[in-house]
Amino acid sequence: MEPVPRNLKILTGITIVLFLTALYMVFIYAPREAIMGDVQRVFYFHVAAGWVGALAFLVTAIAGGVYLAKREPKWDRLAESSVEIGVVFTLINISSGSIWARPIWNTWWTWDPRLVTATIMLLLYFAYLMLRQGIEDPDRRARFGSVYGIAAFISVPVTFLSIRLFRTIHPVVIGSSDPAAEGAFDMTARMVQALMFSVLTFTFVYATLLRYRIRLGRGTEEVEKRKMELISL
Amino acid sequence: MIEVRNLVKAFGVMPVLRGLNFRVAEGEFVAVVGPNGAGKTTLLRILASLTRPTMGEVTLAGYRLPAQAEAARKIVGVVSHQPMLYGDLTADQNLRFFGRIYGVVDLGDRIAEVLSIVGLRARRNDLVRKYSRGMQQRLAIGRGILHRPELLLFDEPHTGLDPDAADMLDNLLEKVTREGRTVVMTSHDLTRTAKLASRVDILSGGKIARSLKRGELKPGELSKLYYEVTRG
Amino acid sequence: MAEGVGAVSGVGRRSALVGYLRVVGAIVSKDIAAELRSRELLGSMLIFSLLVILIFNFALELDLRTRQTVTAGVLWVTFAFAGTLGLNRSMAIEKDRGCLDGLLLAPVDRSALYFGKVFSNLLFMLIVEAIILPLYSLLYNVNLLHPGLIGVVLLGSIGYVVIGTLLSAMAIQARTRDILLPILLFPVVLPVLVAAVKATTGILEGLPFEEYQAWLSLLIAYDGIFLGVAIVLFDYVVEE
Repeated sequence: MEPVPRNLKILTGITIVLFLTALYMVFIYAPREAIMGDVQRVFYFHVAAGWVGALAFLVTAIAGGVYLAKREPKWDRLAESSVEIGVVFTLINISSGSIWARPIWNTWWTWDPRLVTATIMLLLYFAYLMLRQGIEDPDRRARFGSVYGIAAFISVPVTFLSIRLFRTIHPVVIGSSDPAAEGAFDMTARMVQALMFSVLTFTFVYATLLRYRIRLGRGTEEVEKRKMELISL
Repeated sequence: MIEVRNLVKAFGVMPVLRGLNFRVAEGEFVAVVGPNGAGKTTLLRILASLTRPTMGEVTLAGYRLPAQAEAARKIVGVVSHQPMLYGDLTADQNLRFFGRIYGVVDLGDRIAEVLSIVGLRARRNDLVRKYSRGMQQRLAIGRGILHRPELLLFDEPHTGLDPDAADMLDNLLEKVTREGRTVVMTSHDLTRTAKLASRVDILSGGKIARSLKRGELKPGELSKLYYEVTRG
Repeated sequence: MAEGVGAVSGVGRRSALVGYLRVVGAIVSKDIAAELRSRELLGSMLIFSLLVILIFNFALELDLRTRQTVTAGVLWVTFAFAGTLGLNRSMAIEKDRGCLDGLLLAPVDRSALYFGKVFSNLLFMLIVEAIILPLYSLLYNVNLLHPGLIGVVLLGSIGYVVIGTLLSAMAIQARTRDILLPILLFPVVLPVLVAAVKATTGILEGLPFEEYQAWLSLLIAYDGIFLGVAIVLFDYVVEE
């Protein structure tokens, strides 16, 4: 396997610097929220992780479409790598939200549209990974992955819509039908800056991880190829 | 009829066909032989437009694959490893179904005719699920010729047939080539192949390693050549 | 799609359409004939549906009061579970003895195969629902034979089958084919179930049309979107 290319090294360096700065922004630069206190600081990474999850799944859907058109394995590697990262960040998103909700909403979990949609999204992409695992032929795996990646991504907004409609018609007792009502807060300029910076940082983290994951995928394929050559000798 | 240039097919990282060239003229009967895993079935599936080539050009009767596959499928009849028959339908219903798929006009008469050819007329109303393997293969052959295809792609069609049915198949193949139809058949039976085909191609290393016209063959020579080529 | 076969002329185009519809029709009538013989698909779906309802009966203690609120949910969960049995079986028939390859050899656009399977799957699903609904009415003394409800059942079943047929064609080609379909299908089809349950509840509670109209719109939108998605993607699922 070739050594880590220079631009990836540079990207990694930038991401580390950004991440340290983001930690500073979130924990020191941004003011303490008056009512919720320090737990509100979860919010910055929570939103950023949610953003990366959605972005990753969008990348998967697009890469799937390109794969189906061109049948070049690199697009499938991109799609699969992106799903794996997206799943991790969606998990971070959901669990950090839960940590925040415990003191603010007084519960770990409520059936809020965004929470439920995030969870269903997670299940969709677990299903994506299971589908891939169940197929030996690499071409078929790539084709089915692309098809499911596209169908799944299209279903997410419809799911969100259906659950929001569900909530507004029948409000629940626990918490509030409108999550903005309880735990909502006015953001100061510094808070907005910290949030924006977190989102930027997490996007860089995503890009870096993606590059490494694709590299790993290429390496795995290389090993397979060498093995095949040995067998056919 | 068939024009294949520089055909490459890889399953993932494993190449099966590596730059294969293959030409079949109209009315020719070409047998493709080769060891297990040489890519005979893959070649046939690509010709039948069931599998996409990774690279290379494939043309059937002037139709490019896979772009014009839809039109090409009309003239192709396929017999594969699997019978492609519905177990819960009778032989008659199966043929009726595939006949409608191809838009065979005189379907009733044609079904009767095909069933006589493959010798299943008496059992036409039995469920295919109750057929023996050899009978299923007979019906599969019937399904393959039902729509009077110009090009027959038969993948080891003798598998599971009893001697009578094998003779029936040989006669059928001879008859269709006399009618000017084209046959591409894969086989492991070198003796039978040498007797039937007008040309024998040995597939090895992902390419056609040797191509022999019937006239060039002396008895027993094919198997000698075959082992020479495939064992390197 | 039909270059080189004279599809340019009006006659050619018409005969291409006739050929397309003939394939769709052939698949549906073939599925019906096979089902009339074996009765495996409908039989298993029906028995399974009854078992699910029976289990719900004891799990939820369906007395008069709870019945009103949970009937819609019980029905749609039953249909969704039984539906996966039907979809799996219907595709397994194509996979056995290599029949799928036989279909793929058909000289038509592959979407004809998709539509053929969609129509037979939908037919079987509707037959099961047409038996379960009156039976449920009888068992629990609720009237389910409301025209609006039939509309909801139709719209919900279309959405379920439209995406279910696509996903079952993938699931059946995987090594893990027996377990995969519900895992693939349920997270995608969730909006259909949510909308169908809410609309059904609205109708059973005798709410005015405006109250559940949004759900019907959602169902129609879902059916349309995923029909389009499936038509585009089906080719990639069946072709190697």
